[in-house]
Amino acid sequence: MSQHGLSEHSHGSFVPLQIRSERPKSTSVSDFAAIDSRQDLWRYLDAGQLKGLDQDVLAEYEAQVSFSSIPGVETYWLESSNEIVGSVGTPEDRVAAAAYTNASKTLVVRVTGELSEPFRIQINGDSLAPSALHVFIEAKPHSKSTVVLNYQGQGVLGENVEISVSDEASLNLVTVQNWSADSVHVSAHFAKLGRNANLKHTVAAFGGSLLRVTPITTFAAPGSEVEMNGVYFANSNQHIEMRPFVDHASPNCKSRVTYKGALSGEKAHTVWIGDVLIRVAAEGTDTYELNRNLLLTDGARADSVPNLEIETGEIVGAGHASASGRFDDEQLFYLQARGIDELSARQLVVMGFLLELLQKTDLPDIVESLSEVLQAKLGQK
Amino acid sequence: MAKLEIINLGVSVETDQGTKQILRGVDLTINSGEIHAIMGPNGSGKSTLAYSIAGHPKYSITQGQILLDGEDVLEMSVDERAKAGLFLAMQYPVEIPGVSVSNFLRTAKTAIDGEAPALRTWIKDVKDAMESLRMDPAFSERNVNEGFSGGEKKRHEILQMELLKPKFAVLDETDSGLDVDALRVVSEGVNRIHQDNNMGVLLITHYTRILNYIKPDFVHVFVDGKIAEEGGPELAAKLEAEGYDKYQKAH
Ligand SMILES: Nc1ncnc2c1ncn2[C@@H]1O[C@H](COP(=O)(O)OP(=O)(O)OP(=O)(O)O)[C@@H](O)[C@H]1O
Ligand SMILES: [Mg+2]
Repeated sequence: MSQHGLSEHSHGSFVPLQIRSERPKSTSVSDFAAIDSRQDLWRYLDAGQLKGLDQDVLAEYEAQVSFSSIPGVETYWLESSNEIVGSVGTPEDRVAAAAYTNASKTLVVRVTGELSEPFRIQINGDSLAPSALHVFIEAKPHSKSTVVLNYQGQGVLGENVEISVSDEASLNLVTVQNWSADSVHVSAHFAKLGRNANLKHTVAAFGGSLLRVTPITTFAAPGSEVEMNGVYFANSNQHIEMRPFVDHASPNCKSRVTYKGALSGEKAHTVWIGDVLIRVAAEGTDTYELNRNLLLTDGARADSVPNLEIETGEIVGAGHASASGRFDDEQLFYLQARGIDELSARQLVVMGFLLELLQKTDLPDIVESLSEVLQAKLGQK
Repeated sequence: MAKLEIINLGVSVETDQGTKQILRGVDLTINSGEIHAIMGPNGSGKSTLAYSIAGHPKYSITQGQILLDGEDVLEMSVDERAKAGLFLAMQYPVEIPGVSVSNFLRTAKTAIDGEAPALRTWIKDVKDAMESLRMDPAFSERNVNEGFSGGEKKRHEILQMELLKPKFAVLDETDSGLDVDALRVVSEGVNRIHQDNNMGVLLITHYTRILNYIKPDFVHVFVDGKIAEEGGPELAAKLEAEGYDKYQKAH
């Protein structure tokens, strides 16, 4: 967008990939080949970075999970053999399949009414043993809620999160990954929206050596809306990978996907692959996806690939944009020449860039605590 | 009464072909309330002088001094110079994605003053300053210089100067790229701050047109990295008629 080494790519046409819907699904680890960077899904990673999450056997994670109790939410652990488990979505890769198979219990969060306060789930790990977790969030018809999944401590966690947003329901789901520096978290989200449903889905990824989130939203009925937002910050040797996918399978739905990332330090690496599929049935679709990355130092790398696949011409709008730019010496000089010291200048730029999306969660306490995390990350390399 | 002294200043820059000497002994003293115009051919080093005063890291000082009321400016970091009261309106202001003009202005004001401005008066000050520069209030919510036209960027520089109230301002070709109305509006802004705050001005320009609005006390001819001649406003008219040939031949 500007002269400062920023490469911009913004238009309404599309870059076809393999048919997104045809990606194989299975709950069995053995149906997926051993992970290898020659596979498209894992091309930016080294299997070793998974720290064992691609193994056949993983530990249970139940003990590390705690949650509040508030009116309008039923929460309990369910045997994963129950038929609701897997009813929203099933794994599309080996790590998700391993997590699926090994989580013998599923945490069910069922929202039945309009919540007066956010429902919070705290995941506080204390070991690097590769483990599995399965969460099933169900927003009943006409319910209205905010659900927060807050991950911290130490962990090597493979996870599936199913999200069912029923007819006329509205869910504001926020996940915060703020693990210790040696942690690994690979999480597959499957959201399915009923009729006139509304999902705001926010991923905040800050702490951990490898953070990978693959959130899928499927419009199963007409008239619904999703806003998928993501904010991430990678320091030296951190790998953060976000692969949102919106499946427009029904007519008259609207999606907005916005991910923003900052990178600072040697070998800080972020990957964003944003897929949108507009199926034949999805007339009246309105979609836009955007990814922007800000490189604060040399030696960092941001990969960004938007994919839009359109099977019907009867749509309202479809577009995407992706840009990665650097915070360069000229910008720094400009701010300093107005009296702003170097650290404050970096904070100003990064905070302005990232906080805007977090503010959309309407969770001031999260915005505040993540501002502090960001300040600290800015001070690091 | 403040004083900005540039004494025998030499500046070089690193290029692919090695070190290149650009300034070769510049002497210039500006007192509060004085307006100095600098005119000179392309590439003579005018922007280099401006950036060196502001402390751009690209330029190395090879000799001489810059003093602000006797304080060694060359020892100060870029932000310290701004806090000490120096301001540079840049020839090419840079875009800063993600930072809104209003946030930027408030942060800069807080940094310069050492305390946050009182919210109510600040909002009014910004609004009034934008109005007098004929800037649409919508600019405060846009990102700094992002997508601004050339003229809008220049107005935004003067807006900052008006709000930050420096002791000395260096205006590097602020008049280039302005239409006739904008030239008048921007000049009025400079004159206003000059009068209200007794600000000293170093005005770098190629055109005598702006000097019809902003009346210089002194005109300096800048050639080949130093001042070749000094005079009053009449010198500007002479330069316009005769060009820089005689200075360059003399060299
Ligand atoms: N980084 C650099 N690498 C090489 N040459 C440089 C660099 N920076 C400045 N110069 C050279 O220094 C000389 C002075 O440049 P400067 O920008 O100060 O000129 P100016 O008088 O402001 O010109 P103009 O009127 O065109 O704005 C020019 O010849 C320019 O090419
Ligand atoms: Mg210049």
